[in-house]
Amino acid sequence: MTEILYGVFVGPFRDMAGSPAFLVEVLLGGVATGLMYSLVALGFVLIFKASGVFNFAQGVMVLFAALTLVGLMERGVPVVVALVITMAVMVGLAFLIERVVLRPLVNQEAIILFMATIGLNFFLEGFGEMVWGANVKKLDVGIPDRSFIVAGVQINQLEMSAAATAAVLVAILAIFFQRTRIGRALRAVADDHEAALSIGIPLKTIWLIVWSVAGLVAIVAGIMWGAKSGVQFSLSLVALKALPVLILGGFTSVPGAIVGGLIVGVGEKLGEVYWGPLVGGAIENWFAYVIALVFLLFRPQGLFGERIIERV
Amino acid sequence: MTAEAAGPLLEVEGVSVRFGALLALSGVSLNVQRGEILAIIGPNGAGKTTLLNVISGFYHPYEGRILFEGRDRTRLSPPDVAELGVARTFQNVALFKGMSVLDNLMTGRLLKMGGHFLLDAIWWGPARRQELANRAFVERVIDFLEIQSIRKTPAGKLPYGLQKRVELGRALAAEPKLLLLDEPMAGMNVEEKEDMSRFILDVNGEFGTTIALIEHDMGVVMDISDRVAVLDYGRKIADGPPEHVRKDAAVLDAYLGAGHD
Repeated sequence: MTEILYGVFVGPFRDMAGSPAFLVEVLLGGVATGLMYSLVALGFVLIFKASGVFNFAQGVMVLFAALTLVGLMERGVPVVVALVITMAVMVGLAFLIERVVLRPLVNQEAIILFMATIGLNFFLEGFGEMVWGANVKKLDVGIPDRSFIVAGVQINQLEMSAAATAAVLVAILAIFFQRTRIGRALRAVADDHEAALSIGIPLKTIWLIVWSVAGLVAIVAGIMWGAKSGVQFSLSLVALKALPVLILGGFTSVPGAIVGGLIVGVGEKLGEVYWGPLVGGAIENWFAYVIALVFLLFRPQGLFGERIIERV
Repeated sequence: MTAEAAGPLLEVEGVSVRFGALLALSGVSLNVQRGEILAIIGPNGAGKTTLLNVISGFYHPYEGRILFEGRDRTRLSPPDVAELGVARTFQNVALFKGMSVLDNLMTGRLLKMGGHFLLDAIWWGPARRQELANRAFVERVIDFLEIQSIRKTPAGKLPYGLQKRVELGRALAAEPKLLLLDEPMAGMNVEEKEDMSRFILDVNGEFGTTIALIEHDMGVVMDISDRVAVLDYGRKIADGPPEHVRKDAAVLDAYLGAGHD
């Protein structure tokens, strides 16, 4: 009994204090992964805020973006050109989704729209594989996957570049939504559809914008994860990790997605390294869901989400 | 004045709205003259809000036409109606609750800010100059409505009476030609009602804004409106100066309940 208590409450902290450099390494790794979770979660939050749609297809959009990019590069298209084409494809996709899926379903219940995005999920998955093939592809963005040591801390160049890119993108999006006219319109739509319509904000344009931005975010996430673990179907499962992030951060909060991603990223890395051995490891795969479960019990609106008040 | 500007600002011609089997409006015709304050009254469920929703494009009539400045615009969407210069408030305050009062009003100003919606994503340069010019106008509205002290407060945190005032401010920020107010004084205390009445009269007097409002408080209606239209069971049963409508037999009937049980 004492041994277990020691293993849970004392041992891990002694290990952390014993080797601070290693702790920093673990934390950095957690932040890097966490930022990428944030990025995927941001795609969800944007769409959910502006249209109330829980976009089940967000994960497949990541896969689809990465597939398109790799597919083009494999056919000898230079990286930059391939990137521009992929961006155009994702914006075109947003346009099509608004036209073909959202517009005919306007004013339908949230569950109907959710079902529509499940359909979209399967369509994109099949279509992507039909066009680009189903085999695992290597994505080489020109950043070597090697490590160097700063002040005794081992740092992975690829991971850090990915984290930096994610951080910059997250910052740009935050500024975009706080400062610009479109950002204001977007927040208005998120707050109250009717009022937004009545002051002349066209919902269709807003939807096009959020789905495009979600598509662009998907490209970045696709590149990050693709460069790390290859472009393959499992990439779309990254989106599943965004679910606990959303539960933590709240479905409607941009800062929540960022903080939630970091908590999940850092939490699962710390858990894996320090508490993992107690239960035989592999905590990383389910730890995030346990955190989410705890949140669902005690704070269902998440850290930053709007509190759910049922009016009677 | 051009010939077009001489006619009524808004003409509702024989409009009917149906929700399934329920006929919410049947053959309602109503004009709103330039510069007047028109009150639309009637018992609960008479179709007042439906009429407002039809005018602002949220519902489309299955019968009848709506003309704004002489042009047919029966089937426009709400954003397009807003673009024509119609602003409105809602019965259950529809503010952007997470935003500050200032941001709410700036959002109301959105249509007055030119430039391309997609291209001015960058805040600097022309977009920034525009922001400042429009901010100046919004500050005037804030002064006018005497809400300087709450400009940074999130709208959702304000007491109900002030929320109603901010919602009026958001509508005014768009410099509308026609202002539609759905029960602007509902749930207010006497003092707040007096303030709101004064603002409505001032908006009309100082900016010449045409106003159509729905209101239940008969005292207020008789005091501030130039003309009163009465709806009952989706039909217009009276229309005229307040002192006439007050004595109208059909109106008394509708309100006092004879033949209504």
